[in-house]
Amino acid sequence: MSLVIDPRSVDRPNSYIGRSLPRPNARKLVEGRGQYVDDLVVPRMLHVAFVRSPHAHAQIGRIDASAALGLPGVLRVFTGQDLAAHCDPWVAVLAHLKGMKSAPQLPLPLTTATWAGEAVAAVVADSRAVAEDAAAKVSISWQVLPPVTDMETALDKPTPVIHPELGDNLVFERVNESGNVAEAFKTAHKVVEATFHSGRHTGVTLEPRSILAEFNKGDDTLNIHHATQAPHMMQEVLAKHLRLPLSAVRVICRDIGGSYGIKVHVYPDEVAVAVIAKIMGRPVKFVADRLESFGSDIHARDHRIKGRMAIDAQGRITAFDIDDLTGIGPYSVYPRTSAVEGNQVVNLVGGPYDFPNYRAKTTVVLQNKVPTCQYRAVGHPIATAVTEGLVDLGAEALGIDPVAFRLKNLMQDDTYPRTSPAGMRFEGLSHVKSLGLLVDMMDYRGLRAQQQLLRAEGVHRGIGFASFIELTNPSPFMYGIGGARISAQDGCTVRIDPDGSVVAATGVTEQGQGTEAIIRQIVAEAVGVPIDVVRVITGDTLTTPYGGGTWACRGAGIGGEAALQAGIATKQAALNVAGAMLQAAPDALDLVLGNIVDKATGAVRMPLAELGRIVYFRGDTLPPDLPRELMQTRHFITKQFPFAFTNGVQASHLEVNVDTGLVTLLKHWCVEDCGRIINPLLVDEQVRGGVVQGIGGALFEHCTYSPEGQLTVGSMVDYLVPMAAEMPDIEVGHVETPTKESLLGAKGAGEAGTAGAPAAIMNAINDALRPHGAKVFAQPFTPERILAAIGRVPKR
Amino acid sequence: MKAGSFRYERAYTLAEVFRLRREAGGDAQLLAGGQSLLAALAFRLSEPSLIIDISRVRDLKGVSVLPSGHLRVGALTTHRELAAHPDVNRHAPLLAEAVPLIAHAAIRNRGTIGGSLAFADAAAELPACCVALEARIIATGPNGERAIPAATFFTGLFATALAEDELIQAVEFPCAAPGDRATIVELTRRCGDYAMAGLAAWAQHVDARLQTPRLVYFGVGAGPVVAGAAARALGPGPWTPHKVAEAQTLLDRDLDPPPDQHGGPEMKRHLARVLLARAVGKLGVEPGVRAA
Amino acid sequence: MSTEVAISLTVNGERISRRVEARRHLIDFLRLDLGLMGSRVGCEHGVCGACTVRVNGLIARGCLILAASLDGDSVETIEGVSDTGEIRDLQDAFVARNACQCGYCTPGMLLTAAELLRDVAHTGTTPTRAAIREHLSGNYCRCTGYHAIVDAVEAVGKARMSGSEGGKP
Repeated sequence: MSLVIDPRSVDRPNSYIGRSLPRPNARKLVEGRGQYVDDLVVPRMLHVAFVRSPHAHAQIGRIDASAALGLPGVLRVFTGQDLAAHCDPWVAVLAHLKGMKSAPQLPLPLTTATWAGEAVAAVVADSRAVAEDAAAKVSISWQVLPPVTDMETALDKPTPVIHPELGDNLVFERVNESGNVAEAFKTAHKVVEATFHSGRHTGVTLEPRSILAEFNKGDDTLNIHHATQAPHMMQEVLAKHLRLPLSAVRVICRDIGGSYGIKVHVYPDEVAVAVIAKIMGRPVKFVADRLESFGSDIHARDHRIKGRMAIDAQGRITAFDIDDLTGIGPYSVYPRTSAVEGNQVVNLVGGPYDFPNYRAKTTVVLQNKVPTCQYRAVGHPIATAVTEGLVDLGAEALGIDPVAFRLKNLMQDDTYPRTSPAGMRFEGLSHVKSLGLLVDMMDYRGLRAQQQLLRAEGVHRGIGFASFIELTNPSPFMYGIGGARISAQDGCTVRIDPDGSVVAATGVTEQGQGTEAIIRQIVAEAVGVPIDVVRVITGDTLTTPYGGGTWACRGAGIGGEAALQAGIATKQAALNVAGAMLQAAPDALDLVLGNIVDKATGAVRMPLAELGRIVYFRGDTLPPDLPRELMQTRHFITKQFPFAFTNGVQASHLEVNVDTGLVTLLKHWCVEDCGRIINPLLVDEQVRGGVVQGIGGALFEHCTYSPEGQLTVGSMVDYLVPMAAEMPDIEVGHVETPTKESLLGAKGAGEAGTAGAPAAIMNAINDALRPHGAKVFAQPFTPERILAAIGRVPKR
Repeated sequence: MKAGSFRYERAYTLAEVFRLRREAGGDAQLLAGGQSLLAALAFRLSEPSLIIDISRVRDLKGVSVLPSGHLRVGALTTHRELAAHPDVNRHAPLLAEAVPLIAHAAIRNRGTIGGSLAFADAAAELPACCVALEARIIATGPNGERAIPAATFFTGLFATALAEDELIQAVEFPCAAPGDRATIVELTRRCGDYAMAGLAAWAQHVDARLQTPRLVYFGVGAGPVVAGAAARALGPGPWTPHKVAEAQTLLDRDLDPPPDQHGGPEMKRHLARVLLARAVGKLGVEPGVRAA
Repeated sequence: MSTEVAISLTVNGERISRRVEARRHLIDFLRLDLGLMGSRVGCEHGVCGACTVRVNGLIARGCLILAASLDGDSVETIEGVSDTGEIRDLQDAFVARNACQCGYCTPGMLLTAAELLRDVAHTGTTPTRAAIREHLSGNYCRCTGYHAIVDAVEAVGKARMSGSEGGKP
């Protein structure tokens, strides 16, 4: 049975897909009645505090826990040796990232601490406060080693090698090349270039990383409540490394206070908690505090990129050539690896544009700093900033309007499917239409005219654009083919209960973006019941189909499709039973808002509840060989395209105060094409949240380090996150180019805002500074950097 | 980030505070609004053995106008109370103008002027305002009371002239005379942040002219910094662009800013110059008229 | 002298008497002693606003208050304020506009917004978007980007103002 979903026909039966419905979870959250990991209290629960290395690079000598163990309420102090006996190390590499290398990692290191903030011992006590008291009393004799903290020199001969067995500090290197870049630059009419920096920063989830682990000695099962985006992946990892069968490990997610990729990775301290729970046979809770978070949550986006772009005499881009260098931590992070960000940069630069020659290199090197890994939008903000920065330079070099230059060079909307020079396959994008919509939404002509007038009065307003592509709905080509046991497929089980209510269990997960809401909408429409009788189960490896969780914007496109298929199958099964009960052909019936109806006339034949009663309690009244499976499971995996690429374009309108260097964000726009939109309200809010997160990296957020490898921003006072007073209103528009890979046609949207915002901000600032001939390319664009660019203060 | 262990005592009179402090032998800290102390305890920057809660000591509360022509503000006056009090608005409006710049509403509801001055953060607004208004800090201890001029109260980074056994009882401000002008300007990355640089300015109105102003910077040194040379270069008003430019140059004599996360010394000096122009602009404008 | 202190205070209208460790801040008291999980810690040093509760009727950072110092005081948390129905309109607006995503900042955000809007009905004026943004500038939200939150608070302000036409409620 096929289901044609026309987003325009909102009066179609059970029309929930495409509607801006409020989330069912929201009510309890606004009443403060959510349940996050730290809210869970179980009998005999213990607490962990970690002793963390104060040094960026040091040999761990003797660990003296005697004073710590002497404090009342302290039960154990574990070292690397203690835990290594119970946990196998991991190595975070992917086979398809050729040549990638990283050192084995344990929950607590055995001999050497390799970043300031690395957990080196674990204290277990009956309260967090006492555990912290004890941790302060653990005495470690350190032998400080020279730290590696400059990525530019990480591969130089004099620089110490962090893991001597690896031979050098090189993790991964790749050149992505097509066409003839050398020739293109040789014969170019114009060449523009710049060196871009993306500043290392981090996610700052308001709920810190949290885990409550229990090992039941009665049945040898490990039960974890974890603030994670990928419970099945964690189940897999814990089973493998703690040497348990998969069936003995259960990972449950309840409410999660923000994740954005921070909580999709394997953290050694969290694994340590699971190991400790197994050893002690008592529930053990760990919640990172904010100080720990800055020193141990993954960081991201520490890049230096040299970029060049060639343009021909017709104003057409002919080549991009980029050289990316990124410094990660001392280990690649498990299991998604820390080379993906650099790899994405070389896959995505130039993405929206039609040009033949491409060369992109990434070099990923180790550093004695907090490990880095995937964080919302991963390599996109960097690739987009480089691309769009060069594009604006190109427009300026030619003396033409940046919108006009883009229109001249964007891939045309009717030229798909096609493959980019970087090798990315696009099914269907809408760059031109999106840009057109954006220009209308923002009254571009009006803003330009106003800018001119205000310039005459010494007011520096800027308008900046960023076209971007964004990968969503990942196939096994992202991780699976590299050997990582990360699921690209997902599943949903839909069940009609005796009273006609519906339960849907899904392998995709919720962290506030609205996963449960959209699954509910899809299932309600697919089955044919009122939305408020549908209940969704997420985040439990034991009770949901095996899935991948939520990351790389896969919830709607992959999880949603599995839910749709399962819902359709469940409806079909119900109609088959109804046909038998009503002496009608199942094809002549439909299920609409909880009633079996005559398809042609819409006349109600029987409530679904009646069918439920019969199937579950009076099965004797049905034909003996009639199938009556009111519970159907379907799985979905994308098969044709490695990613469902989406596209969008953003604009920033801002004002730079050239006396203070402060930037006032006047307004922001984003036009986003994520295919079929299941809930426009939720998509808009994801875009807005993503934009502000991108703005954070562009203007405020920076994990700065001393040369000795000390993180110099340790608290929310120093590390500046975007707050309400500085953020603009953000208007969101949509184009819908559905994917044909699925019935639902949905692509992903969660990371688009972050992908394009930094580029739009950068281009707007440089547009504002145009009268001064000044440019900024190093994020964050602080007041000092802006003032230095225009020569009001010296460069530091 | 749980605080280390300590004992807690509540004091209801000054005598009790002095006694408890003496008995703790210098290892006690005073809890007023707690907006700075609790954070320090959480970071274990501070690990006292005893916390003495002074938030109920009546002698530290209240706002009144003294016959001497001073506004007396009790140390436990919260920022919220300060900005809302009619006497403060009438007699020391600079304080009411400064309060909205301090952090956020939840902090202002509990943070106190006594706490702010005793903590002496170099980037805080109220210490600079006190210096600009030539306030005197009434310190009290077992040996009695004394008035410490604001100009000499702040002795360095997080350091004050209070003796170990003293606490701030009140702050007294000369009541504003008719025509007196005062203003505060600051530059922050985000609303409510500690200032990258800030300036509290005051000028007296005599014979239809504003006199040489008092300029007190914050966020650019170890405490409030009086920009005497710049102020003298301005002299009495009106302040022409030429005078302002001259004063800006002379700021280099007054300020020797250390670098911080927002910028190096040159950045700080530059911002100080920008603030000078802004403050002077606001001072020289009739009340009710917006400065450019 | 021990490190424990006896306190007697009112929490959500209920009289509570406990002995607390001197170092325990109000949020830990609410969560660990009273099981009220709606108030939470985000940074534990007074910056993020997740811990915002009401003390003696005014919003305050719970992580910057020692429970021991609250003898005789009154505390309201999101659970209590929810139960009174006082912020029902704000909560409804947050739900309707998806101004609440992960929900972690929401209790603090609501109580802070409620303080801003408390006087709308009496004064007949409602805060501008800029004033709303400034008042909420001490409450960190990572999910929403703030726009929907500002929309919700603005809408409720307007509704309360028009609701008060013709006299005090």
